[in-house]
Amino acid sequence: MAEPASFRVSGKGRLGSKGANFTFDGASYQGVEGDTLASALLANGVHLVGRSFKYHRPRGILSAGAEEPNALVNIERDPSRKVPNVRATVQEIYPGLKAVSQNRWPSLAYDVGEVNNIASPMFSAGFYYKTFMWPKKAWEKFYEPKIRAAAGLGVAPDLPDPDHYSQRFAHCDVLVLGGGAAGIAAATAAAESGARVILCDEQADLGGALRFEAGAMVENKPAWDWAQEAIAKLAANDRVRVLPRTTAFGYYAQNFVALAERVTDHLASPNPGLPRERLWQVRAGRVVIATGAIERHMVFADNDRPGIMLASAARTYLNHYGVSVGRKVGVFTANDSAYQAAIDLKKAGTEIAAIVDIRPASEGDAVQQARALGIEVLSGHAVVKTGGRLRVSSMAVRSVNVGAERVIPVDALLMSAGWTPSVHLFSQSRGRVAFDEASQRFLPGTYAQACVSVGASNGTDRLEATLEEAYAAGEKAAKETTGGTKSAARPAGVSGEAFAGGMLGTTPGAENGTTVAAFVDFQNDVTAKDIRLAVREGMHSIEHVKRFTTNGMATDQGKTSNMHGLAIAAEVLGKDIPSVGLTTFRAPYTPVTFGTIVGHAKGELFDPTRRTPIHPWAEAQGAAFEDVGQWKRAWYFPRAGEDMHRAVDRECKTVRETAGLFDASTLGKIEVVGPDAAKFMEILYTNPWEKLEVGRCRYGIMLREDGFIYDDGVVGRLASDRFHVTTTTGGAPRVMNHMEDYLQTEFPDLKVWLTSITEQWAVIAVQGPNSRKIIEPLVEGIDISDAAMPHMSVREGRICGVPTRLFRMSFTGERGFEVNVPADYGQAVWEALWAEGQKYGACAYGTESMHVLRAEKGYIIVGQETDGTVSPYDAGLDWAIGKKKRDFVGIRGLKRSDLVADGRKQLVGLRTKNPRTVLEEGAQIVANPREPVPMTMLGHVTSSYWSENCGHSIALALLQNGRKRMGQTLWVPMPDGAIEVEVTGTVFFDPEGGRLNG
Amino acid sequence: MLLIRCPYCEEERPELEFRNGGQAHIARSTDIVQESAEAFERFFFIRDNPKGVIFERWRHIHGCGRFFNAVRDTITDKFHHTYKAGEPQPDLNELIAANEDRRMDEGRGDMPADQGPGSWANVPPDQINVAEPAADASKGDA
Ligand SMILES: [Zn+2]
Repeated sequence: MAEPASFRVSGKGRLGSKGANFTFDGASYQGVEGDTLASALLANGVHLVGRSFKYHRPRGILSAGAEEPNALVNIERDPSRKVPNVRATVQEIYPGLKAVSQNRWPSLAYDVGEVNNIASPMFSAGFYYKTFMWPKKAWEKFYEPKIRAAAGLGVAPDLPDPDHYSQRFAHCDVLVLGGGAAGIAAATAAAESGARVILCDEQADLGGALRFEAGAMVENKPAWDWAQEAIAKLAANDRVRVLPRTTAFGYYAQNFVALAERVTDHLASPNPGLPRERLWQVRAGRVVIATGAIERHMVFADNDRPGIMLASAARTYLNHYGVSVGRKVGVFTANDSAYQAAIDLKKAGTEIAAIVDIRPASEGDAVQQARALGIEVLSGHAVVKTGGRLRVSSMAVRSVNVGAERVIPVDALLMSAGWTPSVHLFSQSRGRVAFDEASQRFLPGTYAQACVSVGASNGTDRLEATLEEAYAAGEKAAKETTGGTKSAARPAGVSGEAFAGGMLGTTPGAENGTTVAAFVDFQNDVTAKDIRLAVREGMHSIEHVKRFTTNGMATDQGKTSNMHGLAIAAEVLGKDIPSVGLTTFRAPYTPVTFGTIVGHAKGELFDPTRRTPIHPWAEAQGAAFEDVGQWKRAWYFPRAGEDMHRAVDRECKTVRETAGLFDASTLGKIEVVGPDAAKFMEILYTNPWEKLEVGRCRYGIMLREDGFIYDDGVVGRLASDRFHVTTTTGGAPRVMNHMEDYLQTEFPDLKVWLTSITEQWAVIAVQGPNSRKIIEPLVEGIDISDAAMPHMSVREGRICGVPTRLFRMSFTGERGFEVNVPADYGQAVWEALWAEGQKYGACAYGTESMHVLRAEKGYIIVGQETDGTVSPYDAGLDWAIGKKKRDFVGIRGLKRSDLVADGRKQLVGLRTKNPRTVLEEGAQIVANPREPVPMTMLGHVTSSYWSENCGHSIALALLQNGRKRMGQTLWVPMPDGAIEVEVTGTVFFDPEGGRLNG
Repeated sequence: MLLIRCPYCEEERPELEFRNGGQAHIARSTDIVQESAEAFERFFFIRDNPKGVIFERWRHIHGCGRFFNAVRDTITDKFHHTYKAGEPQPDLNELIAANEDRRMDEGRGDMPADQGPGSWANVPPDQINVAEPAADASKGDA
């Protein structure tokens, strides 16, 4: 069906002659390098490119830019690079480009979903909200999947994204958003005035509206030529960065603007070293907003047929791409700019069927020029409907008042309802727009940041005025940021077009009371009557109308539809536009890929991985690892044929029978130093510290001000003014922050210095009856006999010839040591200890065995037995609170009525009646398993393991009034029946604690 | 991303280097154990959540590490002022008055360089927000 590339107009356009073959829905076409997919399809006479979202109506190409709501296609570079919802008006073609239409089955021309169009009265505003409310289950199981399948746009790729994306921070004096005449002028002026400038534009070729404004002149030459010379000059200036194919999509506080640069999507075989896209995060001294204006369509019956497009788009296709959008073109307008499109097309040899102008007869320049070319101008007329199925074939025209319809055959219909200034980025900067009554448009009003709008986005219509405004703005921005005084020379010989007129809302024939399908929002299939219905049903705020109808909520964010929707709602409400208000403009201005936002922060680079100095040894031993925060920790060390349970059982037995080595390097460590160190420790921990002897250790509890446990750890006093504090692995950073907070803001007079030493010391726990024998031959200068170095003491000396802080302490209940050595020696000392340990049959054990061993002894883990609502009383740690202390963090919180009330959950042990049953952590505990659901829940299991040392399962639990329930039988209900348990103490192994001392 | 002026480093640094520390000027009692339940509730649990100016703590955690205080507008995220921990809470009316002197013109894009909320982008807040320095009499007329 495709006609040969016969819509190219020789002598028109600015593309070269280098051909590029591409396919669309499997058919091959020829384009020209520099074409967009849209211009290349139009050159081949293809207008039908997609099906609409809801009604599956055939749709064509509306625009020639980023505002495109219809021409969304899938670009398939290879199986893992299938990009859906690509705007054909933005995608440049390259040789071999493969594009596929969306939202149709089985083909674009014959789409089963078109039945939705016939049934369209059913799909009125709020249809989804109203229809699928009952029954609730049917929504999840039936309606939603069906609707999602039927009303989708493109299909998301199903393979991982193989591309990479980069991110850059940039700083400049003046950032210019938009590379049309205004942006080029502002950037030139700023650069000539001495500023560092970044100029970005979403198009491949900068020039903005000059792409179609063929009659504009600057310096007595075509404005396009002036623009290209100016851009070349800017690009050659090393203080200026020109970024084409770069969309400013987000404007944040303090002139922080996010730009998305499309680096490779236009290349046939991109260098794999290049990122697909690049995120620029720019901090600018001043921002010049030169984002132009977007033409609106006319809202009339069946205004969405393929071949019906914006007048400026047709003009762009002709003047920039050298393509005529039809052979016999109609025009429907409320604005002079459409005349220029008709005139240019006529001069290029395209027949103009008629210009239908909704405004009363005038003898303006545009009208006279058109008539002089022999174009029929029907003033005071309207297009009331169109014909054609897959392409517009006629327009029905009548007087705006009344009268007979005249059907005029056309193969394309251009429309212009006027221009909407692009205030999106201004609005995102938190500037407030103001409605200009005279021109019926929202313009930048009150500024919130150091920015300025120029040109069409500021409502400045004439090219002469735009250039003057932009030069002044660029110069001023440069002077303000650089302090310079240089001025830029203004261009002479400027003349251009100014587009007067325009309308908002529906045209005659689609007015209030009619039921025609006059589309306001093409992408979301919202018609004028949908908006009126929303108002009649009580949506009186424009934000409600928007959500009820979905007008402006598609990925185009209503760039062509918002003003029409607002005007239609205002009309039905009987209010003026400003009092109905404008919906909020939000980032991103156009869709941005996740890849661009994420950049390199994915996979291995998503989050840092922390490994201990002993990690390589554990890896070589075949340890299994688990993630603990950012740390990789050895989880267990399986031997041949062992699964996790067997390995853990063996490790636990071995530690208690002889000894085990454990890498505790991830433990948080903070050195608290200074004359007031003990005083500070008194404040931060519940325990008393002033009287702790040098060389002794104490288990410390840290609370928050509310009395709940925040962290714990063993603290050694190395000197009267020096404490070596340990924290939980996960808690180290927040404990440090907590300490700094109190030191800096509540007790700034204390002479204390805090240092994080977590990564300075590797920690090797040697635990078990033979632990002393293992370390003895390697330690120098420390008497490690029980008499000289009892449980809970610390010494400084040497081990294997390197300095050590040697702790006698235990998290297993066995005689034990924790050997701290400088991190660089961690693995060497570990290997020496391992060699000694081998003589006694010691094992290496991981975090799982560490958990079991400590649970056998009833030692809590903060974050497992506690959850931020557990007090030391609840955890059975009353003994760790200094009763005579007058102050510590949490002392008042502990006295709160609820914390001392009866009925709190307390830490207890649980034993299952069947010793082999291991409870599930998190399981609830009840007194009567036959009680109807919801049962009275008394508490929950916090830790649960099989204990090979005890020969039965063990569990810790938080239980209401737990300590008064010793010996009680309770139940843990599970899906396959309740498990009988007995409440016990928390210590399952060696309750007397004799083993600690050997 | 915000730029925040650390009053210790005496320069603006990106928000990434900072961490918010909640409401400022909530003093912990020197005899906290004697506080009434109501006073403790106010101290620990009750916080302002204004639409507008808030006094809050920040920590330059990936910089000098110091805690300091800031006056920020929760609507615009504009920092009116930052100052060292322990310095008195600035008078809000004075701050607002100082800022109102500098409110930008309503006119489109016609904003004086040294005025308006936007101007804080590249000027340290302490220079934006302090009132015009009073003529220093001691310098005489010369
Ligand atoms: Zn700092």
